[in-house]
Amino acid sequence: MTGLRIEGLSYEHRLRDAHLTARPGETVGLIGPNGSGKTTLLRCVYGTLAPTAGRALLDGADLRALGPKARARRVATVPQDSAVDFELTVRELVALGRSPHKRFWEGDTAADRDRADAALARVGLADLADRPYPTLSGGERQRALVARALVQEPELLVLDEPTNHLDIRHQIDVLGLVRTLGTTTLLAIHDLNLAAAHCDRLYVLESGRVVTGGTPAEVLTPELLAAVYGVEADVVPHPRTGTPTVLYLPSPPGDQKTSSI
Amino acid sequence: MTAVAAAPAPARPAAATPGRGRFALVAAGLLAALAAAVLGSLALGSVRIPPGQVLDALTGRAAPSPYRTIVLDVRLPRVILGIVVGAGLAVVGTVLQALVRNRLADPFLLGISSGASAGAVLVLVLGIGGGLTTTLALPAGAFAGSLAALVLVYALARRGSTMTGPRLVLAGVAVSYVLTALTTLVLVSAGRPEHFQEALYWSFGGLGSARWDTLLMPTAVLVLGTGVLLALARPLDLLLTGDEGATVLGLDTARFRAAVFLLASLVTAVMVAASGAVGFVGLMVPHAARLAVGAPHRRLLPVAALGGALALVVADLGARTVAAPQDIPVGVLTALTGGPFFLWLMRRRPEGAAL
Repeated sequence: MTGLRIEGLSYEHRLRDAHLTARPGETVGLIGPNGSGKTTLLRCVYGTLAPTAGRALLDGADLRALGPKARARRVATVPQDSAVDFELTVRELVALGRSPHKRFWEGDTAADRDRADAALARVGLADLADRPYPTLSGGERQRALVARALVQEPELLVLDEPTNHLDIRHQIDVLGLVRTLGTTTLLAIHDLNLAAAHCDRLYVLESGRVVTGGTPAEVLTPELLAAVYGVEADVVPHPRTGTPTVLYLPSPPGDQKTSSI
Repeated sequence: MTAVAAAPAPARPAAATPGRGRFALVAAGLLAALAAAVLGSLALGSVRIPPGQVLDALTGRAAPSPYRTIVLDVRLPRVILGIVVGAGLAVVGTVLQALVRNRLADPFLLGISSGASAGAVLVLVLGIGGGLTTTLALPAGAFAGSLAALVLVYALARRGSTMTGPRLVLAGVAVSYVLTALTTLVLVSAGRPEHFQEALYWSFGGLGSARWDTLLMPTAVLVLGTGVLLALARPLDLLLTGDEGATVLGLDTARFRAAVFLLASLVTAVMVAASGAVGFVGLMVPHAARLAVGAPHRRLLPVAALGGALALVVADLGARTVAAPQDIPVGVLTALTGGPFFLWLMRRRPEGAAL
């Protein structure tokens, strides 16, 4: 299995000298306020941005140097923008995940369609395979995109806010699904409790810098939450699972504390 | 994950999802309709020719006769040009809609037709080519004008190494307006009313100039261009998932878009040089084809080609017969019938997908 190592990755002023690692099979979460550089970091990894400095190495291979197609054979991405024009069916969209493994003029074979169906079954969308993708709900779309990433058979899975716009049930489903894949995974995520429950380790970004990293219990402390997010919170073990759980306090009237940048 | 409850099924019927099985059916139906339209076009016109004699002429069993001449030397090249131009415009329209991710894109949104008109009008007004004007110099001028527009749009739409859909549309529309204005300016200041008629015919398009010796170029370009685009079906499908989606699936979107834009523009330029700017086929047929067989280009492009050929052959039959012996520019008919048809298509499109 494959590990990711990010060395001094920078993009203009939005991401500065980021260092992090994801060990083989690990699920690593990026947390941080809006505009802290999570998406920028992910884009530099999956290749829609060219880093201005530093490297992202997958098993020692510089992802930037691989080029789009070779990179797509190793890194599967569930991007934030999942709009699809025109009515591709769900199965057709998922089967496009085979593209990096095919010559551009090759069509889908029966094996490709079987693979797509298997992936759809795995994400619980088997019944919707023939539906036009634009008619799916947000949660269904997100799971279809995870299915597309599955047929890519990647060594690294990158997800940008995979739980955005989903109701809580689907948030838990999508993250639980990602966990069961066993693939090395890097994801940006807003919800700290979901991050704590589903990630092996977390990195915290603030103003384009990685300020700290470690297990959820090491990272999620009242001091960090106050410093990075500007909120007052208690962190307690979940009564049944023991994972760190953040309990926010309403800010007192008149106290408009913001980030400590 | 196994316990995920199915989301409430939408009220929309599953019929909005055409499957692969329909492709053969649709293609066969279109082929049959095209064959019928071709026979009809060969038989009907200012002179009606019995279908039996049309078939005799086609199969070479007819003795030399005026009928045979009309069928083989007048109507047949015109019908073939209709097939070629209709198929070409529909294929290019389909591809451009994917390329700029805009359902309103058509071969002429991107400035090609106004470039062709400008080129043709310049040839007319300057009298380039002398006696050859209508047969050779005009198409050559139109082609040169299209190429000039293409280069201009291409240069304007590129920023660094990227070329996005919206920039392409904006550049195309801007170039279109400027060239149209220049065309009118040249026409008006030349002060030769007889040029207006010719320019009008050019800007609406017509198949009246079809001759055997001018068919080779558009036919070859259609076959080559469609072949290449069909081979690019997979990357074209990837573009439907957006630039970021296509990139993470391994497509170099900037280079691909630029290359396909050039190819599509060249095909359009050749078609327009042969027939003038026949509107609406390239806008309307792709939508109808998508409704019939879905969005994947491997199925869509052949169906669009057949549909475009059928639409233009039928429209040209109308153009020749509705006000016979007057030849209406076929573009007038495609716009007159295409507009309402297009609105009807848009109304029955499934909601949810953006324009």
